[in-house]
Amino acid sequence: MLARVAERLYWAARYLERAENTSRLIGVYDNLLFDLPKDLLDISWFNLIELNSSAETFNRRYKVRSERNIVKFLVSDPDNPSSIAASVRAVRENLRTTRDVIPPAAWEQVNELFIYVNKHSRDGLLRARRHEFLTEIIERSQSLNGLLHGSLIRDEAWQFIKLGRNIERADMTTRILDAGAAVLENTKVFETSNPAQVIWGNVLRSIDAYMSYRRAVKSTVRGSDVARFLLDEELLPRSVAYCSRQICQAATNLSQVSGRKSPVNTDKLPKYIIEKEGDLGADFRSYLNELQLAIAAIHVQICQTWFPHD
Amino acid sequence: MSIEWKNYECADLYDELINNRGNPRQPARRLANFVSKLGVEELQKRRQLADATVQDMGVSFTVYTDEGNIDRAWPFDIIPRIIPAKEWNQIALGLKQRLKALNLFINDIYHKQEIIKDGIVPAYLIQNSKNFRPECVGVKPAFGVWAHICGSDLVRDADGKMYVLEDNLRVPSGVSYMLENRAVTKRVLPEVFGRENVLPVDDYPSKLFDMLAALSPRKVKQPEIVVLTPGIYNSAYFEHAFLAQQMGAELVEGSDLLVDTDDCVYMRTIRGRERVDVIYRRIDDMFIDPEVFSKDSMLGVPGLMRAWKKGNVALANAPGAGVADDKVIYAYVPKIIEYYLGEKALIPNVPTYLCDNEDEREYVIEHIHELVVKPANESGGYGMLVGPHSTKKDQEKFVKLIKENPRNYIAQPTLMLSTAPTLTDGGRPEPRHLDLRPFILQSKDLYVTTGGLTRVAMVKGSLVVNSSQGGGSKDTWIVESEGV
Repeated sequence: MLARVAERLYWAARYLERAENTSRLIGVYDNLLFDLPKDLLDISWFNLIELNSSAETFNRRYKVRSERNIVKFLVSDPDNPSSIAASVRAVRENLRTTRDVIPPAAWEQVNELFIYVNKHSRDGLLRARRHEFLTEIIERSQSLNGLLHGSLIRDEAWQFIKLGRNIERADMTTRILDAGAAVLENTKVFETSNPAQVIWGNVLRSIDAYMSYRRAVKSTVRGSDVARFLLDEELLPRSVAYCSRQICQAATNLSQVSGRKSPVNTDKLPKYIIEKEGDLGADFRSYLNELQLAIAAIHVQICQTWFPHD
Repeated sequence: MSIEWKNYECADLYDELINNRGNPRQPARRLANFVSKLGVEELQKRRQLADATVQDMGVSFTVYTDEGNIDRAWPFDIIPRIIPAKEWNQIALGLKQRLKALNLFINDIYHKQEIIKDGIVPAYLIQNSKNFRPECVGVKPAFGVWAHICGSDLVRDADGKMYVLEDNLRVPSGVSYMLENRAVTKRVLPEVFGRENVLPVDDYPSKLFDMLAALSPRKVKQPEIVVLTPGIYNSAYFEHAFLAQQMGAELVEGSDLLVDTDDCVYMRTIRGRERVDVIYRRIDDMFIDPEVFSKDSMLGVPGLMRAWKKGNVALANAPGAGVADDKVIYAYVPKIIEYYLGEKALIPNVPTYLCDNEDEREYVIEHIHELVVKPANESGGYGMLVGPHSTKKDQEKFVKLIKENPRNYIAQPTLMLSTAPTLTDGGRPEPRHLDLRPFILQSKDLYVTTGGLTRVAMVKGSLVVNSSQGGGSKDTWIVESEGV
């Protein structure tokens, strides 16, 4: 497989996952903030910008940190490379240039997704239609993932897609946890009644893990348990532990077929011990940041091994 | 509202489906009745379905002047054009004959040049040809074939006869649209397919693959075949990707390939370098190798010509093949066929005046208002003059151009291209002019597509069908008549 093609597939998978996860993030906030005091609204929306590390880009584009501007930035802003519209465009561009290795039906679905986002991204800005819009993005991304899962031969193309998907997914899970921790911090500043249960419940729902949590953890929704669940539960498909294993598998497989040493060692990911609710404060947030940097380092190693630009 | 073919105005034209008394021609009878029964509203719905399908399939092409919107949906008309199989079989024979002779000609030009020594084609035509490549002299490509993929444009004049209008031997495009048009039509008019004996077109990619595989210099079981594209900004990028996918070949850009000190071509893969055997290149000669041609080309591969000359890689089409798609050489093709094959051309040429010849030039200048004037080396419908549709000023400009560089211009009578019913925005079919581009393959064997790409001038009365000039296309049906 061409190195260039491998790289584009990897990015296509990342951007597809990003479009889906950004939709999830907005969705969880939309839901969550209804349950919080009004003063908290705009400041909490801005968490979404901060935890995606895009405050600088945002501030350059907008003066007011209003819900509308923030959602617009995340849904349709072409200057934000991680907005849903930009991500979907990137998926399409990457797959457009790798059409020789993906099933034709996958290309059609990407196209339809692209057309849908172009037509409806305004709906994402309107509260009344936002839910429907976000759900549609999530469903379409999942259907595309499902199609690839069910029809793509498990060759290098598949492994690069798996790598990209899981790197992005692990990264996003840390950000979704950070989103929860951030709102929790905000509520403390405003000294409102403790809405922890609402917050962590929504964090779970945002990655479709609420039911799994209930069945696996068999306790009430407690921040420390939720955090451990999303970080360490090896059986949960969006946990950092599960994604790490997938990354390792894909990298090992690729190192065999490409005759290169696997650059990935997820055992070296930083650890953090969570015992009580108090462990979810500033230290926890800086740990999540460290984890994101470690994931970014894996990304760099993947690039250097398989996508060299000589 | 049903559609009455009696009201279809094609009395002064040759229409492919409807005769000039307003009756459907025999092979089109079922289709015409079906369309008529569907009526205006349902046809409109089918057209919307077609547009949506084209969009979903991502069938697109690029128009260089459309700023910001690099790929545009392919304009498609849902009413197919029908040709009886019996007529088509004759045309296919003629096309094979033509390509075979053209390849013998190109091979001769780059070796002994006997056709010039025998006085059939004048030597200066070759020396002055923009597409003659001295770098290719003496090279021996497999089977002596240079033009492996040829797209010849056929037109039917008012007399109902088919003519070859031009041969495209460099990097002809359009075949993917032929295939996609069929796929769309199957979705949009499924009822007609079940009852009609339409010959399939989908074997093209596997024929293309076999043709390319036969060129491999290494006799291995699975030669590495790649499609070399200039990239996403090329107007035919969609097609490059489509063909690579259909053949299971790698779609590569120049930067994916390199020529090593052993003069072999390699591609950069995740495993490191892998040898490439056959390159279906969709980049013009001038850009394929900066060591030999355009020095600043970013699209090509340095050293590619070296590797090709050594016989370490096959290039399809071979560099230099364009020497035979010059429009002046075109005028000589009937003689070329006779010279190499000892046969009469099965499909006639359109009569052509060479401005280089003094008598003919005078005739052209005198009759410029009724002729089509074309530059010898342009494609895509650029830089031509359609006399009857031009202003005095345009005509004067062309007279000046011809006088300055007579070798570079030819003229042909303005043909009344045949028409076929095409849906207009009003929802009714009206006659629109069209042509047909079949594709012919040659390496070990010869193959012709079943039909080809029918291109339509979507504007009433217009004779320009090129997609780069706003033309559209239709599905082309070769229909086997049932034993009457």
